[in-house]
Amino acid sequence: MTTETNVLLQVRNLKKYFPIYKGLVFSRHVNDVKAVDDVSFDVFRGETLGLVGETGCGKTTVGRTVLRLYEPTEGQVLFDGVDLMSLRENDMRRFRRRMQMIFQDPYASLNPRMTVGSIISAPLDVHTSLGQAQKRERVQELLRIVGLNPDFVNRYPHEFSGGQRQRIGIARALAINPDLIVCDEPISSLDVSIQAQVVNLLEELQDQLGLTYIFIAHDLSMVRHISDRMAVMYLGKIMELANRDEIYLNPLHPYTQALMSAVPVPDPLRARKRQRILLEGDLPSPVNPPAGCRFNTRCPLADERCRQEPPLYRELKPGHFVACHYAERFLT
Amino acid sequence: MTEALLDVRDLRTRFYTQDGVVKAVNGVSYAMQPGEILGVVGESGCGKSVHAMSILRLIQIPPGKIESGEVWFGGRDLLKLSEEEMRRVRGHEIAMVFQDPMSSLNPVYTVGFQICEALMLHKQMTMQQARNRAQELLGWVGIPEPRKRLDHYPHQFSGGMRQRAMIAMALSCEPRLLIADEPTTALDVTIQAQIVNLVVRLQEELGMAVMWITHDLGVVAEMVQRVNVMYAGYIIERGEVLDIYHHTRHPYTQGLLGSLPRLDEAPGTKLVSIPGLPPDLVALPTGCPFYARCLHRTEQCAEAMPPLVECDQPGHLVACWHWQEIAEKTTK
Repeated sequence: MTTETNVLLQVRNLKKYFPIYKGLVFSRHVNDVKAVDDVSFDVFRGETLGLVGETGCGKTTVGRTVLRLYEPTEGQVLFDGVDLMSLRENDMRRFRRRMQMIFQDPYASLNPRMTVGSIISAPLDVHTSLGQAQKRERVQELLRIVGLNPDFVNRYPHEFSGGQRQRIGIARALAINPDLIVCDEPISSLDVSIQAQVVNLLEELQDQLGLTYIFIAHDLSMVRHISDRMAVMYLGKIMELANRDEIYLNPLHPYTQALMSAVPVPDPLRARKRQRILLEGDLPSPVNPPAGCRFNTRCPLADERCRQEPPLYRELKPGHFVACHYAERFLT
Repeated sequence: MTEALLDVRDLRTRFYTQDGVVKAVNGVSYAMQPGEILGVVGESGCGKSVHAMSILRLIQIPPGKIESGEVWFGGRDLLKLSEEEMRRVRGHEIAMVFQDPMSSLNPVYTVGFQICEALMLHKQMTMQQARNRAQELLGWVGIPEPRKRLDHYPHQFSGGMRQRAMIAMALSCEPRLLIADEPTTALDVTIQAQIVNLVVRLQEELGMAVMWITHDLGVVAEMVQRVNVMYAGYIIERGEVLDIYHHTRHPYTQGLLGSLPRLDEAPGTKLVSIPGLPPDLVALPTGCPFYARCLHRTEQCAEAMPPLVECDQPGHLVACWHWQEIAEKTTK
């Protein structure tokens, strides 16, 4: 599985800092929000990589920087072996058709003045030379694929519910047959019963079309449900990355362990028996992240070494990466 | 049986809008015992928040109107009190915590002042007494350096701390009933775990009753004793938490539970989604509101709304004509 040909996307030492300026007239660069700080991972063809973490951990920024919707501060993103960061705009456009995004808020990500037909055909206008009739046919086919009535092409987004709008967003992402889709919290604004509909749709589409997903969410049980491998982020860094069962059964990072134990279990009997690791306090600011290990201010295991020396992100078991000085303690 | 703390009888709330009459709450009846934790579960638009707002008479009239019903609390029908008497109940005997802690705190007053306000009003304390009490309360809900924090403004607090401050404010007058309306929905799981722990601890120490309104069946499972499941303004199932999760009798509740991914699920598990959308509250069908999405529907369901009746376990109520068949199927 780890052979080079199977890797669709390689991210190496990716950094994205957002500068903070002070002063209106003589504005000077005083500091940075270190949204993503030295992140490396691979995405294999046809898999779903889940990115989880709390608000402000940089998971959305990773997704956007990978697609070069943000220019990274440093680092490389290799898509099919080509470094996207070295491409000029025209060449980049050729790659853009192979990667698409589904956004979090289906109310904000669809233009209210465009009909569903024109929203879905917009990528076709940019990337293909199809005629009007062909485009119309493709749009109707896409609507059918995502489970909407093809006669809806002339309707406007406000005529649809949240779940239906998210289906329109999915149809738009599928329009030009991409290889990779970055799903940025695609279900978190939807009701529970509708979430399951959208997740099932995404899974079916993956099976049929061989798509690769980066699935970004804060809902751990949903990410575990849909992902093949999961990466847990904290304050701009990946703390742990492993396959879904490994990370659930043998989490090696204290943050992953605490996060797992905080997820509510919809079963009163099991919920009562469960041991909880309660984290104290809040997420520190990404402007001045703690020295040493980023998690040391909330970590139950933290000691002097954690406060000074940042832990190495290393492969402790085949395919299981972790950034903690004391991860070996949890090896079974 | 001891006298109920809160006894809601046939509560109906409607909103008269330009698009028609929104039937938000359609005859809700139940009782809460002193010291009980009740979960009210349902998706957006099921009437769970409107029913709680109706209890406290916080519905804006017009367009809203409480059509009928009685809300017995402490030997009085709250719906018959004068506005001035009602003001003495709100915040004093029944307190409420809202979903969004940013918009429910006033940004131009200090957090300390906002807590003191209720104490001076309801408990006739002096400013100094109220400040001492407020400091004690902030310490209680786990805010570090409470003395200093009293003089801070809401924007200086993080999301989790704001929600703690809201809880401190709600608890300031030692209410007998705390209504928490989606108190953790806007928060991360680790912070959610902190808030849930806090409320359960305070409930045990103070012996107050808590109504926890949420769409998240996971949170409810670990903390409540009884659950009301709401759909389209009706309570469609009500019972002890174990009965609701392990002897589910209503097809909607079953669907909700099935659409939740579990952290411990086997690989390849498919989510059971409920097809379709919740009904439009302006044009509710005559029969069961779940009819259009239900797998067990028959002609009888289209004709009349089933009454909420006790099923095979004592105290477990369900509003479905076919609960017996469902019970037989699930126990096999």
